[in-house]
Amino acid sequence: MYNARSILSGLGVFLVLITFPFWYNVGKSAAAPEPKLDTPAIQQLSRKQCVGSTPYMRANHMQLLEEWRTLAVREGKRVYEAADGKKYEISLEKTCLKCHGNKAQFCDQCHNSLSVKPDCWNCHVAPEGR
Amino acid sequence: MGIGFSLLLIMALLLAVFFGAGVLGWHLLFGVVIPYAAATIFLFGIIYRVVKWGRAPIPFRIPTTCGQQKSLPWIKPSRIDNPSSAAGVIGRLALEVLLFRSLFRNTKAELRDGPRLAYHWEKWLWLGGLLFHWSFLTIFLRHLRFFTEPVPSFVSFIEGVDGFLRVGVQALYITDILILVAVTYLFWRRVVIPQVRYISLPADYFPLFLILSLAFSGVLMRYFFRVDVSAVKELTMGLVTFHPRIPEGIGVIFYIHLFFVSVLFVYFPYSKMMHLAGIFLSPTRNLANNSRACRHINPWNYPVKVHTYEEYEEEFRGKMREAGIPLEKECG
Repeated sequence: MYNARSILSGLGVFLVLITFPFWYNVGKSAAAPEPKLDTPAIQQLSRKQCVGSTPYMRANHMQLLEEWRTLAVREGKRVYEAADGKKYEISLEKTCLKCHGNKAQFCDQCHNSLSVKPDCWNCHVAPEGR
Repeated sequence: MGIGFSLLLIMALLLAVFFGAGVLGWHLLFGVVIPYAAATIFLFGIIYRVVKWGRAPIPFRIPTTCGQQKSLPWIKPSRIDNPSSAAGVIGRLALEVLLFRSLFRNTKAELRDGPRLAYHWEKWLWLGGLLFHWSFLTIFLRHLRFFTEPVPSFVSFIEGVDGFLRVGVQALYITDILILVAVTYLFWRRVVIPQVRYISLPADYFPLFLILSLAFSGVLMRYFFRVDVSAVKELTMGLVTFHPRIPEGIGVIFYIHLFFVSVLFVYFPYSKMMHLAGIFLSPTRNLANNSRACRHINPWNYPVKVHTYEEYEEEFRGKMREAGIPLEKECG
């Protein structure tokens, strides 16, 4: 090999950089985040049912929140009819946070893990200490 | 023909993953086996190609220069365009890699009435290429949020800057738009410029379509057909910590995206995309133009049997003296 020192050191730097996720996470368990559902409000519910199914909420809650934002703030509609026909008041603080008041154990679990910084708390009051 | 063939190939790949992961539910194959195989092929392929290139001898300097060579002290040399030192070479390579400097010099020749040959500035390819490559790098780095725990601050910083705009309430990544526009442009120019179209092969169209499909599936997944990203991270973290897991309930669009990126990784070392390493090994870019200052010996020179003048004179001294030919050494 010619110029072996430069070529191999360049190749070495590239390999170290490209394998970053493999060595950065060595020795870490990397367990999946577990949003907690054990708030007093949820435990009092006879039927533990959110406004949508769990898979739907896990993947699409941000889209639902955006729809609710548009309905409430722009169109003045405050009633949401869920797929099962149940009616909910469209309000982050009065509906969502009534059950999910544990922001640190619920919202932040996945958001921190995935480095997501939603703008909710720019306007809304974050539930603290509950 | 190249376009049709490449499109057909992309369609076949899409159908394969759609049936495999979507209909038949082979999540282990498309979520674990293929990504691991792709990463292995990618790493070993890159090593193989670079080592193979490294074994090629460099007999002489190729001074394709755009500036004054270093010569007499009162002539100002162009240190970056015609480097004579390692620092100059590093500067030239850095500008080439980061800003595509030689592509910036791209011109377009045109025959006008007269006949008169005219050269234009042609910056669109440079701009499209630059936007595409920087967007790709940004997107690549942004994806580290799925592969690190905790997410390093530089990844969050890149995300914050890139996701400065909003669509509705969620971040709209600028690079998501730029990469789609740039790749579409790079494809479009291959089709509409007759000379470029003439030299375009399936190996040119396929990477473009592959990257376009990859970016498009990612955009669809992020903004339209959402998947449970928490479960996605569980899968990706399982891959990088070598404890592969297949969480339930990840949409097929994720497997499509993952499959396209796996195909890209497999195809990478054996395709034109190896310019990632090739740019650093370009003799016209990485060699200092010091042909006059240093002696470069051809590495494949074999020992040649020579007969020097001294030896010649030694052999024929008597005859030369008789013939009256002047001698370097009178007696020997």
